[in-house]
Amino acid sequence: MTLPTATESKDVILEVCNLSKYYPVNQSFFSGKKALLHAVDNVSFQVNRGEVLGLVGESGCGKTTTGRLIVRLATPTSGRILIENTDVADIKGQGMMEFRQKVQMIFQDPYESLDPRMTIFDIVAEPLNVNGIGTFEEREAQVEEMLNLVGLAPPSAFLFRFPHELSGGQRQRVAIARALVVRPSFVVADEPTSMLDVSIRTGIMKLMAQLREDLGISYLYITHDLAVARYLCDRIAVMYLGQIVELGDSEDIVKKPVHPYTKALISAVPVPDPAIERPIPNIKGGVSKPIDPKPRCRFYDRCPESESSCAEAKNPELRDIGGGHLVACHLL
Amino acid sequence: MNELVPTHETGSASLAEPLWKIRWKLIRRGIAQNWEIFKESRIGMLGIILIIAFGIFGAMWPIMINTVWDPMVYDPVVGFDPMTMHPSPPSATHLFGTDPIGRDILAQLMYSTGREFLLGVLSAVITVVIGTAVGTAAAYYGGFIDTFFMRIADIILLFPFIPLLVVIGSMVRLSFLPFAVIMGVLGGFGGITIILKAQALSVSVRPYIDAARIAGGSDFHIIVSHIIPNVLPLSFLYMMFSVTSAILSEATLSFFGVLNIDMSWGMMIHTADVAGYLFDFAKYWWLWAPAGLAITLFCAAFYMVGRGLDEVVNPRLRKR
Amino acid sequence: MDTLLRLEDLTMHYKTKAGWVQAIDGVSFSLDKGQSLGLVGESGCGKTSIAMSIMRLLPYNAQLVKGRILFGGRNLYALSDEEVRQLRWKEVAMIFQAAMNSLNPVYSVGNQIIEAIVTHEPETGEDEARERVESLFELVGIPKERMDHYPHEYSGGMKQRAVIAMALACNPSLIIADEPTTALDVIVQDKILREIEDIRRKINMSMIYISHDVSVIAEVSDVVGVMYAGKLLELGPADDVFKRPKNPYTYSLMHAYPSILGEKHDLVTIPGEPPNLLDPPTGCRFHPRCDWATKECGETAPLWREITEGHYLACHNPIRTKQGKSCKQQKTAKGGDVIDTSDGN
Repeated sequence: MTLPTATESKDVILEVCNLSKYYPVNQSFFSGKKALLHAVDNVSFQVNRGEVLGLVGESGCGKTTTGRLIVRLATPTSGRILIENTDVADIKGQGMMEFRQKVQMIFQDPYESLDPRMTIFDIVAEPLNVNGIGTFEEREAQVEEMLNLVGLAPPSAFLFRFPHELSGGQRQRVAIARALVVRPSFVVADEPTSMLDVSIRTGIMKLMAQLREDLGISYLYITHDLAVARYLCDRIAVMYLGQIVELGDSEDIVKKPVHPYTKALISAVPVPDPAIERPIPNIKGGVSKPIDPKPRCRFYDRCPESESSCAEAKNPELRDIGGGHLVACHLL
Repeated sequence: MNELVPTHETGSASLAEPLWKIRWKLIRRGIAQNWEIFKESRIGMLGIILIIAFGIFGAMWPIMINTVWDPMVYDPVVGFDPMTMHPSPPSATHLFGTDPIGRDILAQLMYSTGREFLLGVLSAVITVVIGTAVGTAAAYYGGFIDTFFMRIADIILLFPFIPLLVVIGSMVRLSFLPFAVIMGVLGGFGGITIILKAQALSVSVRPYIDAARIAGGSDFHIIVSHIIPNVLPLSFLYMMFSVTSAILSEATLSFFGVLNIDMSWGMMIHTADVAGYLFDFAKYWWLWAPAGLAITLFCAAFYMVGRGLDEVVNPRLRKR
Repeated sequence: MDTLLRLEDLTMHYKTKAGWVQAIDGVSFSLDKGQSLGLVGESGCGKTSIAMSIMRLLPYNAQLVKGRILFGGRNLYALSDEEVRQLRWKEVAMIFQAAMNSLNPVYSVGNQIIEAIVTHEPETGEDEARERVESLFELVGIPKERMDHYPHEYSGGMKQRAVIAMALACNPSLIIADEPTTALDVIVQDKILREIEDIRRKINMSMIYISHDVSVIAEVSDVVGVMYAGKLLELGPADDVFKRPKNPYTYSLMHAYPSILGEKHDLVTIPGEPPNLLDPPTGCRFHPRCDWATKECGETAPLWREITEGHYLACHNPIRTKQGKSCKQQKTAKGGDVIDTSDGN
């Protein structure tokens, strides 16, 4: 599967430009001094039609916030979000209604993302009901078709059951059916497999890959797991403290990482083979929070390759090092 | 489970039964399952049995007065038995004795039971409807609405409104229904709001609320279809405790004689009190004990049902 | 080598309203001094129950149906409660799942560990305990000046290290780690895994490491045990099991997850869902989900037997490389070569 990179392709479904989200935090209880947590800071990327972009990073790096901004569960502080060339960063009313049918989300925890008091039928039909799509019979047919599609067959065996009567994998399939029932063109998937058991996880991953082929959906796939991102995504963006530090073809990122953080992240992933000795990721310290960050490279304090020039230089921007492989680092 | 599954032909959308029928079955099954859990709770079952007993007791009033009892003698308010001295201790004609002005205690107890039910349930329903609506709105919208209703709740919680009602009651002589409504409203804007708001708040941050928003649901849809159904079990639980507090308040105020109520359990004790018989309460025990016991048991019954429901609503409390 | 811990046909059930949950069924293995055993399996497969059985920390509704646990030659279930209390911490210590949340927020981390030492070894003085905590902190990689800090001043990874230090405080001969890194990010997880390995080798301690993650198990264990639905399906030297998995479940588990190394390979899916242990399948518990299953698998439970030195297996149709290969080709349309167990990336 070789897909054109963003720069070559014209058919862009999602374009994010300089997206930022700052949260005010109280630095100290007594001083009442307001500080800003730069949860997402000046993030730009594109997703092409039919493509899967992986957003990878550790907890607190802003990947989930980015996802929530794109589906407009949160309103960005600044920046633009273009879905099929329409800016959705501050739409309301009718525009929002149409947007909700175009962009959907799959959540991490299948035990929490389904209303425990609703039947599977009501859950999957909800997007159709609230948008007033189709007659009752049509909705029902849609729901059954969707359940079939996500592998809950026969649908009649599931329609009138409650979430607690299903297993974790089945629930996540219901959540996927709900997201896809309005036939969105873009789906944000926030770690949909991380809560599932290994034997169930594979099935969901394969389902997501299958649905992408069948329905031509584009995904933003948010995960902390590089191996999963590699398996499912065409391109991977690595985030660190609210910024994208490296973006490129999945194989490039995994095989030929350039940014010191990506390198450390990859070498830290355990491998299922006792014979392999992994190099020790020589990254210093721990993750801090991007509260009023200094204007230099965010990774400077932990970077094993940093030079004194990095301390004075401004925050590096993403630069193309060839073949659509973007890296934000001064040392190239 | 299986009888709920509609027959399905692949490709066509056809439910074997109309949707409402399936839903009705699901509701019945849900109730049956919850009943199974409730049954495990001895205290809850005891409460149910007591409530049923009170129900039968109250239902006997119209039967007795229309068949066995002579309304001239046994009317709870204006009856009088000219055959004995009053107050008379329990006897064959007056099983629980008579009060200082010659009325039958048992008849008064029976007559009052229905009224207590009405009072308790009416005010509890008002409490819970207001509490759920206000609590949910405060939790979901936050900001000014939240602050406003929470401050009202604080005031009601902190303000000693039983003494206030004593004062108001002595001026306007509240009658039965207005009193039930006032109790309901006070309860609804008081402590219940805070509890139900906390629950609504914990529901409204669940991912399924986000999911409903992504689905395109409006605020109204999210509140009505997701938050309220998930708050309702707790509301129902607090309804039981609200009954208790309404009855106790009524008894207190009746005892002070500030309510314009012809007869209630509180009034019965009030009657004994104003006639001075409570100074020798051991001798004239039948004047206060039946009514006192009825108040205690009635309140305890609803409280116990609440405790039983607690185990249904909060699975954590369940014994395994 | 000396055997430290030995489980013989351990069978433990939980009593619930719905019936008996057969949480552990006939598990036998032994652990030598200084050895590390990795137990891998999905949630609810009984791995945590095994840990709890060894710690004798089972809930009240658990019942030991048969079998025994020998620790240093002593039958754990024949000891008095007092003797077991002596054994815990001093001989066997456990790092619980999400243990970092188990630190008491109102005491400094150092004090909590000192407290633990003094409680279990009353003869140790406060100063001596403090010195020991200092060296423990050094061992797990926390600067010792952070001893007097409170848990909220620690990051997740640091708290986890502190918990490890606490488990090591009384020099146990066996440490049981139940998913100690599951909630942590990869980089922190990697550091902690390495530290655990270092410490274990340094003080020649035995360890049982429990995880759902095959890769983590591969990193830390000498011996790997694969559990499914309360049964141990395969156990053997890590190299052997990972190179030549014999049980189809082991094989599937290892190939169900994408790897970051080598070529992108097709993933093995295990159909269905783990069974309900109230009423587990007859015969081999994995047979309804097993592509290799035959009629026999549904009828009789496979025996636990040693196939090569130290490699135990319970399976009627163990994967032989050739046979496996053909099975694999049937299974995946793209004709994956993953069964070729001799490569190893």
